[in-house]
Amino acid sequence: MMPSLNEYLMVSGLLFAIGFAGVLMRRNIIIIFMCLEMMLSAANLSLVAFWRFGNGQGMPAQGYDAQVLVFFVIAVAAAEVAVGLAIIVALFRARCTVHVEDLNSMKG
Amino acid sequence: MSIAFIILLLPLVAAASILLGIRKKANLSAYVSVASAGICFLLTLGLIRGSGGEAGAFTWLSVGGLELKIALEITGLTRGMILVVTLVGLLVHIFSLGYMRDDAGKARYFAGLSLFMFSMSGIVLADNFAMMFIFWELVGVSSYLLIGHWFQKNSAAEASKKAFLVNRIGDFGFMAGILLLWGATGEIGFSALRETLEVQTFDPSLLNWAMICIFCGAVGKSAQVPLHVWLPDAMEGPTPVSALIHAATMVAAGVFMLTKVTFLIIAAPVAASVIQHVGALTALLAALMATQQSDIKKILAYSTLSQLGYMVMAVGFAGFLHSGEAVGAVASNAGFFHLYTHAFFKALLFLGAGAVIYACHHEQDIWKMGGLIRLMPVTAITFLIGTAALAGLPPLSGFWSKDAVMAVTQNSTPLLIVGAITAFLTAFYMSRLCTIVFFGKARSQAAREAGEVPLMMRAPLVILALGAVIAGFEFAYGWFIAPADLPHPHGALPLVLTIIGVAGIVTGYLLHRGREKDPIRVEVLVRKFYIDEFYLFLVRVFQDGVAYLAKAVDQLLIDGLIVRGSARLTVGVGLLLRGLQGGNLQRHVFLFGVGIVIVIYLITIALG
Repeated sequence: MMPSLNEYLMVSGLLFAIGFAGVLMRRNIIIIFMCLEMMLSAANLSLVAFWRFGNGQGMPAQGYDAQVLVFFVIAVAAAEVAVGLAIIVALFRARCTVHVEDLNSMKG
Repeated sequence: MSIAFIILLLPLVAAASILLGIRKKANLSAYVSVASAGICFLLTLGLIRGSGGEAGAFTWLSVGGLELKIALEITGLTRGMILVVTLVGLLVHIFSLGYMRDDAGKARYFAGLSLFMFSMSGIVLADNFAMMFIFWELVGVSSYLLIGHWFQKNSAAEASKKAFLVNRIGDFGFMAGILLLWGATGEIGFSALRETLEVQTFDPSLLNWAMICIFCGAVGKSAQVPLHVWLPDAMEGPTPVSALIHAATMVAAGVFMLTKVTFLIIAAPVAASVIQHVGALTALLAALMATQQSDIKKILAYSTLSQLGYMVMAVGFAGFLHSGEAVGAVASNAGFFHLYTHAFFKALLFLGAGAVIYACHHEQDIWKMGGLIRLMPVTAITFLIGTAALAGLPPLSGFWSKDAVMAVTQNSTPLLIVGAITAFLTAFYMSRLCTIVFFGKARSQAAREAGEVPLMMRAPLVILALGAVIAGFEFAYGWFIAPADLPHPHGALPLVLTIIGVAGIVTGYLLHRGREKDPIRVEVLVRKFYIDEFYLFLVRVFQDGVAYLAKAVDQLLIDGLIVRGSARLTVGVGLLLRGLQGGNLQRHVFLFGVGIVIVIYLITIALG
């Protein structure tokens, strides 16, 4: 049986929720970073799913807008990973920790 | 330009040229001032022979319907008063040449005297209330300057300040009265007011209030109770000033002004009653206070207060209803008559006291004098003549004028009794003064070394003594008040008054002969009924009250609420917002997520 839009969106929501929970709860900043990537992937998945069922009769929509957007997101995410990991490395050098509860110098 | 205008302006020219030009040359300044006073006196002799009426009016200020004119009015009263001002003024100028011979501020002193002569002539000659008020303030200024002549002395500086402030209280009432009257009648000229009051009728309560307010001016200037406190302190000034300003002329300005508005007093019976009683109270209280003072000038100052009280009381009787009809101008003429004679003998007494003080090297305590009649006979004899005139012994001037005043009070028995008691006290304290100062033994080195004063100071004494003797006779006053316009005493009043005067003198002599200090000491009289203390208390209560209020406003409202309040508000809001900055990344993320959920909820469900 062919999965419908609902199944895809369910998976996508699940992925997003797991990612979000990870961002909220994990202490290691690298794990948090990975969870962020997971949330981006959830968004990508729902984009592709919406495209696949996008013409009104359960068939793919016209054009490739969604794929282009997904590629765009992946490209930006790759760039972001590069910058983000560099920041984390710099942070670790400066503070000798990657635990977010130790990074509280902005506390008012 | 008329003679009256020259009399008015000449002293101003003298004062201005001294202050602006020749101030460095003290002797020249003094001669300029004396010369201006002398010329004014001669011109006055010409003026009082001439016809009356108005002179040289010009409009000074014109606002809407109000025209303020500088115009001079010459009536019978004006002539009497201007003679007193210029004659006593001239004698005081001459006396001052001796008294102030070696004073460092001689030029300033004579400039002050000339300024005073200008201001006083202005009051006397003014034909409307506005002009009178201006000069009224000007005499206040010159009085302030002259009381504070020795301003290096703290007490003199304080006294001049006190005189000015107390006078301002009275003058405020005066101005309010003038405005009330102007508002009611639309006139401020004296003759215009008189005519208006004759033609139209006004609300009597309004006239009463206006008259009471105007009387406030006289209370301040003529030092009536309760604003009398400045006059005894004003004795800090040079003695000739006390003679001229604080005995003969300026303090009489209040009485003169009341006399001038007799028609208004007649129209305002309630105010008239107030005036009578204030005058009577002043006469009695001041005479009581005079009996216990030991400073020769203070005794004379209280005596002046008391006699001014007499005059005010007499003028107040103008509005007294005697069998349904106001006593009228007869009463105010009596008051003015007493003013006229009083000016001579009180100026004489003050100049005599000045001579005594000069001879005793500026000693003013009577208990350090004594036996001066042998050392300075001219001063002593003229002083005794002044005393007899003040005590009301016939045939001296004081007898006639006091008779006239007492004849007026015969309309009201309580005030007659007050007047009689005051007459006794007057004779008593003057006899006490003379007994202690001129008879007995000298009580100090200064009194033993005293000698007769120079001719320049003796001559004014003799002339004033002559005035004190003759001023009460018809030929000396008949040219400005017809004898028929004066009240005549009923019954044995003159005889009774003479007996009272003699009794007072004898009692005073017997009680104080050969004494070294007062045989009877009444603390409440020595302390002047604690009135100064009471005023100090009032000032303290009110001033401190206002100060506390201001302090509270400053500390609570300005400092507390506005300055510190805004600072605290900033800090408080900061504290509140600070809680949000936890420094925990994940909490921020959580709140961010919650925020997004709320936004989505609002967009899709609540608004969609």
